[in-house]
Amino acid sequence: MSFELRRGETLAIVGESGSGKSVSIKSIMGILPSNAVVESGSIEYDGMDLTKVSEEQFHKLRGHRIGLIFQDPLSALNPIMKIGKQITEVRRLSGYGKKEARARALELMEAVGIPDPEKRFDQYPFQFSGGMRQRIVIAIALAGDPEILICDEPTTALDVTVQARILELINRIKQERGLSVIFITHDLGVVANVADRVNMMYAGKIVETGTSEEIFLEPAHPYTWALLSSMPDLQTHERLVAIPGTPPNMIDPPKGDAFAARNRYAMKIDFEKEPPIFKLSDTHDAATWLLHPNAPAVEIPPILRERIERMKGEMGNRG
Amino acid sequence: MADAEYILEVKHLCQTFESGRGRKKITVKAVDDVSFSIRPSETFGLVGESGCGKTTTGRTIIRLYDPASGQVFFNGREISGRMTGELRRYLTDNIAMIFQDPIESLNPRMTIEEIIGEGLRVRGVKDKQEIRRRVNEMLCKVGLTQEHATRYPHEFSGGQRQRIGIARAMITQPKLIIADEPVSALDVSIQAQVINLLNDLKEEMGLTVLFIAHNLSVVKYFSDRIGVMYFGKLVEVARGDDLYKKPLHPYTRSLLSAIPEPNPFTERSRRRIDYDPKTAHDYSRESPRMVEIEQEHFVYCSPSEEAAYQKQLGL
Ligand SMILES: Nc1ncnc2c1ncn2[C@@H]1O[C@H](COP(=O)(O)OP(=O)(O)O)[C@@H](O)[C@H]1O
Ligand SMILES: [Mg+2]
Repeated sequence: MSFELRRGETLAIVGESGSGKSVSIKSIMGILPSNAVVESGSIEYDGMDLTKVSEEQFHKLRGHRIGLIFQDPLSALNPIMKIGKQITEVRRLSGYGKKEARARALELMEAVGIPDPEKRFDQYPFQFSGGMRQRIVIAIALAGDPEILICDEPTTALDVTVQARILELINRIKQERGLSVIFITHDLGVVANVADRVNMMYAGKIVETGTSEEIFLEPAHPYTWALLSSMPDLQTHERLVAIPGTPPNMIDPPKGDAFAARNRYAMKIDFEKEPPIFKLSDTHDAATWLLHPNAPAVEIPPILRERIERMKGEMGNRG
Repeated sequence: MADAEYILEVKHLCQTFESGRGRKKITVKAVDDVSFSIRPSETFGLVGESGCGKTTTGRTIIRLYDPASGQVFFNGREISGRMTGELRRYLTDNIAMIFQDPIESLNPRMTIEEIIGEGLRVRGVKDKQEIRRRVNEMLCKVGLTQEHATRYPHEFSGGQRQRIGIARAMITQPKLIIADEPVSALDVSIQAQVINLLNDLKEEMGLTVLFIAHNLSVVKYFSDRIGVMYFGKLVEVARGDDLYKKPLHPYTRSLLSAIPEPNPFTERSRRRIDYDPKTAHDYSRESPRMVEIEQEHFVYCSPSEEAAYQKQLGL
């Protein structure tokens, strides 16, 4: 698997648990569990193949140019270290003096919306709410002046109003700092909120990639259709289209298209041969036999077709 | 008094917890003067952010906790009074609960047949054949098979475990199901399976459901009427469409403004509304109370807020 991340964009990686979305990111960060191997493909960053760089280079990259935000802020924070120190530490590691690091940490706390930074500087993680802890994690991630921010389900554990604020914050700092963001999530509402481009993942593979508009308005892979029509939005009344079965076992992946067994549009060839990638536009492609010239034409799920028509209508209204 | 129109009536329910020790001991009002009623075969959704008291409300109704004060009626009978063996039996006959975490709520040492059949044994069904027959019937209903009956919970995926939890709750044919975040712990593609299953069973068995969740899109989809909770209080109750089309309480508006939808066009122009109870209300001179502002639409407000809401609705 390989993918690219453009400067200043937010790339969402979407998939269910076990789809490999977190694994692909962890391999970028070099914190893969020791039994995992990057089997094929390369992960490129600024012209360097990250699967080949030395460990030393890697630590540098990880500390400085890539910032990480995880789902559970508590696991990312040291419970017995004052939060100010946790933020300045990153800064100090990059060779800044104590005073400067402190000033910068306060600035970052302010930027991520922690009220009363001076006072909060000397408090411990347990003295903060979940949303505030995630802001601290973001401040720590930003302290090394990263170029890339990797967010792994950063809002899944948070309440919606807190989630909305954190998404706003991430969108804002991305703009202000010209960051590139990789955003891993299974929540398609969150994807619509943050993403410029989207990679849909299933069983360790990218099955569709496109701009946010392409994925939501012209989805082409049956897995994308299925995921989009399996969750209700605020206008949904009709029966949901559930995806039958469970994701495949990655240790013994099925032959052919990994999604075939759960795919209501599956054809004979899906069970035999892995589909190639079909190009739909310069930015949009999908790996499904349905795009083969000889494939029969199929109707996308009605619930999804209606939603897309509604979206197009709204677009029209906006002019 | 109890009203025949409703199967469940909750009146001024309060629940408190003590936390800390000695001087630091504080009392948390987990549920604070909550009132709502549910009609037979209706689904009532309870939403609000974590810690607002949804779970405690559900658990107090089914008497996992004794209420601090207030009353609960089921089919006109008070179920919030002194606990007796007879009341316990009445409760287990009529109300069952589905929990969020299908893993934690199933005894790992029991087979699926034992887990699902337990409710029958507790209620005195002794005939093994009869239990087996009804367990198998239930397994089929929730989309599992007879072969699953002899296995143990750890052999199942999250979605299957939730099906087992549903089968266990449904086997005694309760009239009311309290479903506490039944899909929150499941994968997206599995959530839809379980939502569809609950919907089918609801239709088939004429169930009444108290559906507790924090995902508003799911609650809206699943419920006829919805109650919004904030810090132990119910602040607004309305039919699903009314709540989403004309939310009145500023907390409801804030909550709705925060739900991201799978639509990049609306998301790009999303405007979040903040809610701060200190600045949103002035209750120094007037006190808030629950008011039915239009039919089936209740909001917690002071008299002057009430007037403003009426104007907003064009009443
Ligand atoms: N068993 C308990 N002991 C002490 N406090 C509790 C207990 N259960 C819940 N609480 C507190 O009561 C409040 C409401 O909790 P809960 O009903 O679980 O909310 P929700 O289900 O809406 O997330 C919270 O402040 C919570 O910390
Ligand atoms: Mg709860």
